[in-house]
Amino acid sequence: MLHRLERLKSWEGLLLFILILVILFNAFSTPHYLTVQNQINLFQLHIEKIIVALIMTFIIINAEIDLSVGSVMGLAGCVMAFMFERDVPFVVCLLAGLLTGIVTGAINGFMVSYVGLSSLIVTLAGLIGYRGVAHVLLENRSVGNYPEWFDRLGQQPLIGPFPLAMIIFFVLLIIALVILQWSGAGRYVFVIGNNREVARYSGVNVRRVKMALFIVSGFIAAFAGLLLAARLGSMRGDTAQGTELEAITMAVLGGVSIFGGTGSLFGVLLSILIILNLRNGMGLLNVTGETQTGVIGALLILSVLGPNMWQGVRDTWNRRRRVHRLHVGEDQKGG
Amino acid sequence: MMEQLKRYFRPEQLRELSLVFLIVLIFLFFGSQIQGYFSPRIFNRVTSDVAIIAVVAIGETLVLLTRNYDLSVGSIVGITAFTVGKQLTNYPDMIPIVALLLAIGLGVAMGLLNGLVIAYGRVPSLVATLGTMAIYRSALVAYPGNKIVVTNDLPEWVLELGRMQLFTIGEFNIRPVVAGGLVMFIIFQLVIAYLPYGRRLYAIGSNPEAARIGGLPSSQIVLVAYIICGAMAGLAGFMFMVRYGDLTVTGALGMEMQVIAAAVVGGVSTNGGSGTMIGALLGALMINLLQQSLLRWLVISDFWVNALLGLLILIAVTIDAVIINRLRDIWTQRGLEIKSVEEKKVVKERESHVA
Repeated sequence: MLHRLERLKSWEGLLLFILILVILFNAFSTPHYLTVQNQINLFQLHIEKIIVALIMTFIIINAEIDLSVGSVMGLAGCVMAFMFERDVPFVVCLLAGLLTGIVTGAINGFMVSYVGLSSLIVTLAGLIGYRGVAHVLLENRSVGNYPEWFDRLGQQPLIGPFPLAMIIFFVLLIIALVILQWSGAGRYVFVIGNNREVARYSGVNVRRVKMALFIVSGFIAAFAGLLLAARLGSMRGDTAQGTELEAITMAVLGGVSIFGGTGSLFGVLLSILIILNLRNGMGLLNVTGETQTGVIGALLILSVLGPNMWQGVRDTWNRRRRVHRLHVGEDQKGG
Repeated sequence: MMEQLKRYFRPEQLRELSLVFLIVLIFLFFGSQIQGYFSPRIFNRVTSDVAIIAVVAIGETLVLLTRNYDLSVGSIVGITAFTVGKQLTNYPDMIPIVALLLAIGLGVAMGLLNGLVIAYGRVPSLVATLGTMAIYRSALVAYPGNKIVVTNDLPEWVLELGRMQLFTIGEFNIRPVVAGGLVMFIIFQLVIAYLPYGRRLYAIGSNPEAARIGGLPSSQIVLVAYIICGAMAGLAGFMFMVRYGDLTVTGALGMEMQVIAAAVVGGVSTNGGSGTMIGALLGALMINLLQQSLLRWLVISDFWVNALLGLLILIAVTIDAVIINRLRDIWTQRGLEIKSVEEKKVVKERESHVA
C-alpha cells in the first residue's frame, strides 16, 4: 500500500513537472499567454470536456467506461433544440434536455449493472444509438436563436471575469474531490474498482453504486451538452462528437488506471491543466486542432509507456543484482 | 436424437444460423417494400461495402479474440486510402501491384507500432489505440499539399478495377473487391479454426494468465495479431480507394466503431476467446444491408440508421448474455452428465468384476 502511494505521488510529481515545463514554454514563446483573458479562454474553449472528464474519472476508477458521453451531450442539446423549435417554453426544453441525460444514463446503468453486460459494448451502442437519435431529431438542420439570457450565460462573464461554466466546473471539482477522497461513497467506488467480488461479499451494493454512477454520468453529460449549446448559440446533430475520447484521455493521463481501482482527482486536474495549456500554447503558435489532438494522443501513450519501460529496466536491474548477491553468498559459503 | 443434435451443433452455430435467418428476413421485408430491390445495382453496392467492412472486421476479430481492441483501424483505412490515392495521382505510371503493396505495407507499419506498444510496452490496448487513432488521423490531416483526391486524376486501371466484373452468377456480378474480401475471409476462417496460431489466439483470449503459464509466447502472438490487423486495414484502404475514388482526409472516419459493432453483432466477444470469422462476416453483412436498405426506404428517414444500429447492438449482446450463455450451460451440463453416467457404468463393471 505504502509502495503504491509512493508511486502515485511520484506520478503526480511527474505531471506537475510536465505542467510547469508547458507553462514556462508557453510564457516564453508568446506574450499573449499570460493575460487574464487568455487564461479564461483556455478553460472556456474546452469547458464541457473537462466537466465530463470529472465524472469519467469516477467511472474509470470503478472499472467501467462510458463511451456514450459525447453522444449524450449532443442528444440532450438536440432534444432541447427540437422542443424549442416547436415553441415549448424554454425552461421546459432545458429540463427535458437534462431528463434525457438521466434516462440515457439509466439505460446504460441498467444494462451494465442489472443485465450484466460489458460497459464498453453497452456504451458503444449508446455512442452510435444516441447520436443516431440526435440526427433523427434535427436531421441536418442547425437550430439557434435561443433566448438572449441563455446565450449570454454561455458567452459572457458572470462574476468578475469568470463565465458561468467555469464557476460550475470549479464547484463540481470541489464536490467531486470531497465525494471521491473523503466520503464513504468514494471509498465504495474505489473498492468496487479494485475487486468487484470482494466488494460484493463485504456487503457493498455494487449494482446500486454502478447504476448511480451511470445516471450521474448521463446527467452531467447532458448538463455539459446544454452548456455547449449556450456557448455555441446553436445545435446540430453532430455537435460534441468525439468528446468521450478527450475525457478518457484526460482521466488516463491523470494516472487513473484503465483497469480500475486507482487514481486521484488531483492527478486528473493536473492532466486537464496540461492538456488545456498544451492546446492553448499550440493554438497561439498556429498549430491546427487536428495536430494538437495527435500530440495529445502521443502524450497519452508515452505517459503509460514511459513508466512501464522504466519499471522494466528497474526489474531487470534488480534481478541482476539479486542473482549477483546470490553468487556472492555462495562464494562466501564455499570459502 | 437430441443428444445427437447436441454433438453436431454448438450454441455459437445456432447463433450464426439465427443471424442468417434474420438477414434473410430483412432482405425479404425490404424486397417487398422497395421497388427494384433485387436489382444487380443494389446487390453490387451492398456487396462492395460489406467487403470493405468485412476485411477490416477480419483483422479486428483476430485482435478481439486475444482480449484486446484496435480502435485505430478507421484511421489506418483512411490514411492508406488517401496516401495511395495521392501517390497514384502524382505517379500515374505506378504498377497496380506496387500500389497494393504500398497500401498493405503502410498498414503493417502502423499495426506494428500498435502491437509493439501493446504487447511489449504493456500499455492497455484501449489506451494505446485511442492514442494511435488520434496520431494516425492527425498525420493524415497534416499531409502536405491539397487535401483531396479526385476520381478523374486517378489512373484508368483503378476505375476499371472498381467497375470490372470478375464473373457473373445469373444477372449478378462479382467485382474484384468482393472476390478479394471473400478470399481473405476463407483464408482467415481456416487460420483461426485449424492453424496452431489461430487456436493460440483463443487460448490467450480465454485466459491470458493460463496461456502465459502454459508457455505460449503471448507477446509475440498478440504482436502478430496487430500486424495482421494493420495489414487488413491497409488492404481495406486500397479497396476503399478503388471503390470510392473521391477521397478526403476524413475518409473512413469512425469506421472502427462500425467494425467493432459488426464483430459484436456477429458474436465475437469483447472479453476475448470466443467468436468466428463467419460471425463477423454475417454481422458486417447485416449492418450494411440494414444501412443500404434504410437509405432507399422512403417510409422513415435514413437518419434512423444509427439509432437502429445502436439498438441492434444492444439486443445482440443482451441475447448473447441471456440466451446463448444459458444454452451453453445446458450443453456443458449435459456433457458432464453423460460423462458421469459413463463413469458410473465403468465403476459398476469394475465392481462386478471384483464380485
